[in-house]
Amino acid sequence: MTSAETTERDFLAINDLSIGFRGRAGTMVPVLRNISLTVQKGESIGLVGESGSGKSTLALAMMGYLKTGLKVIEGSASFDGIEMFTQARKSLETIRGGRLALIPQNSGQSLTPTLRIGAQIAEALRLHSSLPETAHSARVTELLSQVRLPDPSTISERYPHELSGGQQQRVAIAMALAGEPEALLLDEPTTGLDVTTQAHILELLRDLARETGMAMVYVSHDLGAIARVCDRVIVMYAGEVVLEGSAKQVLRDPGHPYARGLLASIPQLKDTHLPRALDGRPPAPGQVGNGCAFVDRCVIATENCSAARPELTQGPSGAKTRCHHAERVNEIPLIGHREVSQRNLPETISLNLDDLAISYARPNLFEKLTGRENQATATVDAITIALRKGETLGLVGESGSGKSTILKSLAGLLPPLHGSVDVADGTPLPARVEDRSASQLRQIQMIFQNPDESLNPRQTIAQILAQPLKLYFGLSGEALNERSAQLLEQVRLGAHYLDRLPSQLSGGEKQRVAVARAFAAEPDLVLCDEITSALDVSVQAAVLELLDDLRRENDTSYVFVSHDLAVVRVLSDRVAVLYQGRLCEIGPTKDVYGETSHPYTEVLLGAVLEPDPDFSPTLSANDAVELSPPKAGCPFQRRCPKRIGDVCDTVIPPRRDFADGHTIWCHREDF
Amino acid sequence: MLAMLLRRLGLGAITVWLVSIIIFVGVEMLPGDTCTAFLEREAQGKLLENCREDLGLNRSALVRYADWAGSAVRGDLGVSANGQKQISELVGYRLRNTLLLASGAMLVGIPLALFLGVVAALWRDKLVDIVVSTTAIFAMTIPEFVSATLLILVFSVWLGWVPGIVLTSADAPLIEFFPEVLLPIAVLTLVMTAHILRTVRSSVIETLASDYAQMATLKGVPYWQIVFRHILPNALLPTINVVALTIAWLLGGVVVIETVFNYPGLGRMMIDSISDRDLPVTQAIALIIASVYVVVNLAADILTMLANPRLRTVHMRKG
Repeated sequence: MTSAETTERDFLAINDLSIGFRGRAGTMVPVLRNISLTVQKGESIGLVGESGSGKSTLALAMMGYLKTGLKVIEGSASFDGIEMFTQARKSLETIRGGRLALIPQNSGQSLTPTLRIGAQIAEALRLHSSLPETAHSARVTELLSQVRLPDPSTISERYPHELSGGQQQRVAIAMALAGEPEALLLDEPTTGLDVTTQAHILELLRDLARETGMAMVYVSHDLGAIARVCDRVIVMYAGEVVLEGSAKQVLRDPGHPYARGLLASIPQLKDTHLPRALDGRPPAPGQVGNGCAFVDRCVIATENCSAARPELTQGPSGAKTRCHHAERVNEIPLIGHREVSQRNLPETISLNLDDLAISYARPNLFEKLTGRENQATATVDAITIALRKGETLGLVGESGSGKSTILKSLAGLLPPLHGSVDVADGTPLPARVEDRSASQLRQIQMIFQNPDESLNPRQTIAQILAQPLKLYFGLSGEALNERSAQLLEQVRLGAHYLDRLPSQLSGGEKQRVAVARAFAAEPDLVLCDEITSALDVSVQAAVLELLDDLRRENDTSYVFVSHDLAVVRVLSDRVAVLYQGRLCEIGPTKDVYGETSHPYTEVLLGAVLEPDPDFSPTLSANDAVELSPPKAGCPFQRRCPKRIGDVCDTVIPPRRDFADGHTIWCHREDF
Repeated sequence: MLAMLLRRLGLGAITVWLVSIIIFVGVEMLPGDTCTAFLEREAQGKLLENCREDLGLNRSALVRYADWAGSAVRGDLGVSANGQKQISELVGYRLRNTLLLASGAMLVGIPLALFLGVVAALWRDKLVDIVVSTTAIFAMTIPEFVSATLLILVFSVWLGWVPGIVLTSADAPLIEFFPEVLLPIAVLTLVMTAHILRTVRSSVIETLASDYAQMATLKGVPYWQIVFRHILPNALLPTINVVALTIAWLLGGVVVIETVFNYPGLGRMMIDSISDRDLPVTQAIALIIASVYVVVNLAADILTMLANPRLRTVHMRKG
C-alpha cells in the first residue's frame, strides 16, 4: 500500500513508524519499531502492553508529538490525510485539542496548578469551539456533569490540587471532550478511578463514539476496559506490535504467548485461582537481539526464536501474530495455576477493632475546652471487626470509603476519635505510633501503594532491610547480612540485590523490597494499602502470589485494601465492604461475592469489567460519588437502587446475620 | 489564611526579639564598653566612673537590655558614643541613601533578571542562552570589589562618564547623589541580576518539562499562550523567595560596595562604627538589618501564599 492510498482511506494512520533516542554509542536506540496501524472513523482500537512497551509513545506520536530526546527514525503518522510530523506549529495547534484530542496519563500533573478547572476547560473551548465567550461557563458545567462530577459549578471554581485523583481524571476527560474531537486518544484514562466511575465513563465514551462517529485509541493495561470499549486490539511488546485482531480474537483466545501470559495474569471475579505471574521483564530499548523480543520470557520458545525475528502473520485464530509457533500458543494455559482454597483458620484473635471511629478534623483548643470535640462527623464510624490469626481481611469500597483511613489508624498514624484496637492477648494497642512499644511496633507492619515513595532513594536495599532487623532483633554483622539475603530470597530476589539502590529496580522489584522490609519485622499483621495498583498486571500477579506464599510460611494476617474487587477476592478470607466510612457488609469472601449481598456490594460488583467483549456491566443510574456521609440513616441512602423508603433516611440500618458470620447492614428483609 | 498570617507575623516578631538578645549579648561579651572605647587611654578612675554613671552602664545587664529594647520599639535607638548624637537621626539618612542604592538596583535588576532568565530558558542551549548564562556566571563569581574596580576603571578613569567615588555627604538632598550613585547601582544590578536570572532560568526549564506544559501543547494552545498562561505563573513562584533574599541583602547595606565607592549608606556606617568602637551604633544597625531580613522574607512568604493556590487554600485531598 502506498502512502497516497493510506491518506485517502484511513482516518488515523501510522506507517512503518520507528521512534528512538540517541544512545551513548551515538546510534539510534529504537523505542518503537516499524509500527503500522490504521484507525477508521467511528472505530475504537485498544493498545495493550506492559509499561515500557511504547504504547504511550505511540499515542503521542499520533498527535505528532515526541517527548524530549525522542526522534522519528523512519515512517510517518497522519490524521485525516494530514502528515503530523511535518506539519507547521500553527496547523498542529488547530488540530490538537480540537479535531484530535488526548486524555493524558497522570491527569493530576497534567492540569496547570495555577489555573482554575473552569478556566482550563474554557481555554479548550476558546481555542477549538465556535461557542461565543458568554456560553463558555454553561458549557463547562455541562461537560463536568457529563463526566459525572458532583456539583460541577463548584468544581469549576476549584484549583486542580483541591480535587481527588479520580476527579482530576474526569476533569481531563471533560477537557478533551470540550473540543468535540473527531478522534480521541486515551492514555490509561481510567486507571485509579473507582469501578463504578470507570464503568460509567466508559459507557459515556462508548455512547459518544457511537453518536458522533468519534474514533478512539485506547491505551491501557486494563483488559476489562479495553474489552468494553474497543473493536480491535493491538498488543505491543518491546516497541513492536505482537498481536493484532478483533477484540474477540485477541481476548478470547490470544494468539501470541505474551498476550496469553498477560490475560492469565489478570485476576477475574468468577475465577478463584491465583492469577499466573508472567515472569521476567521486557528487554530494555536497544537490548532486543536478532530473534523474537519475547524469547526470554516465553514458555514455548525454541532455538529458532532467538535466531530470527518473527514476522507479523495471520495466526490460526484469524488475528495477526508475531510468533514462530502460533499454532502452539494454546499450550499456554489461560487460567491461574493455584486454587485459592477456603482455609481453615484458628479461632485465635489477632486484632480486635471495637466500635472504631476516626476523624480527620482536629478539634481546636476552644472546642476541646468546651467539650464540643466529639460532635465532629467521623470519617469512619462504628467499625467492629475481629481479625483472626493468619486471616486476610479485604477492605473494599470506592475512594472516600475510609479504607486507607482505617489502615492509617491501625498503623498508629491517625488516632481514633473513640473505640479501641486490642491485640492478640487482649491488651489495648496505644492509639499513637509514638506510644507503642518496640514489640507492638514490630507486630504491625505496613506496605504502601507506591514503592517509589516508600523506599528511601538514597539507601541501598541492604540499608533498607537492615533498619527493622537492627531495631527489632539487634542483628549486626554476618547475622544481619545473612538474614537480609534470606529475606530477599523469600521475596524471590537474589542476594545480589543488596547493594543496589531503589532506582536500579523495576516497579515490581521495588514493591518486593517493600514486602521484604515489612516481613523483616516478623509481623503478626501486615497492612497492605493498594499495594498492587501501581504495578503492571503481570507484576501484580507475582506480588499476589508472593503474599500468598508468605502468609502460608509465616502465618501472618493481612488487612488488604484495594479498589479492585477481583484482586481482593483472590487473597481474602473475609471481605468487608465500606461506604462513607461505615460497614455495609462483612463476611466470608464467597458469601460477599455471592448471591446475597448489600445493595452497595451489588452495585460495586455490577460495575466490575471482565476482559470479555460480550460482557456488559450492570450500572445503576445514580452513581455519582458523594462527598460526605448523610446526616442520619443509612450511609448509602442517596445512591441505593433498592431503597425502601423514609426509614432508609432516618434510621441506622439494623444488622442482619447470615451463616458463617456473614453480616449485612440493611433495612431490607428480603435477602 | 488570616490565622496563618498572624502566626507568621508573630514568628517574625519573635525572631527579631531573639536577634536583639543575641546582638546585645554579643556586644556585652566584647572586652570593654562604650566608655572605655570613648575615653581610650583616659578610661580609668573617676572619669570612667562618671562616664558609666552618665550612660547608665553601671546598671545590671538585664535592666540595660530592657531599656535598650524598650526604646528601640519606640523608635529611639539611643545615643552614639561618638559625638553624642541621636542614632535614629544618623541612621535615618544612611537608611535613605542605602534605599536609593537598593531601589535603583531593584528597579533595573529584577525586571532585567526576569526577562533574561525567561529568554535564556525558552531558547535553552541557543546562542542567546549561552551568552546570558555565561555572563551571569562571571557576574556571580567575580567578587564585587573586583567588578566595582573594573567599572570604575572603564567608566570613570578611561571614559570619564561618571565619577568613580561618592563625595556627597550623608545628609545631602537625594538629587545631589546623581550621577555619582550610578556606578554603585550598576555593580549591584550586575550581581543581583545574575543571581535571580539563574533561578528564573532553571525554574522555567523545569516547568517547560512538566506534564501540564506538555498537556497544554497537546491541547493546541499557541506557544506564547502556553508560556504566559501555563508556564510563567508556575515558574516564577519559587523565584519570589530568591528575589526577597536579594532585596534583603541589598537593604542590609552592601558593605563592600559602599566601602569601595565611599558611599554614605548603612553598610559603611556599620563598618565605621565598628572601627570607632561605637557600640550603640553597631548594635542599632545590626538590629535594623535583622529586621529588614525578617520583614522582606515575611513579605515574600505572604506574596508566595497569595500567588500560589496550593498554599492559599485548604488541602482537600485525603486517602
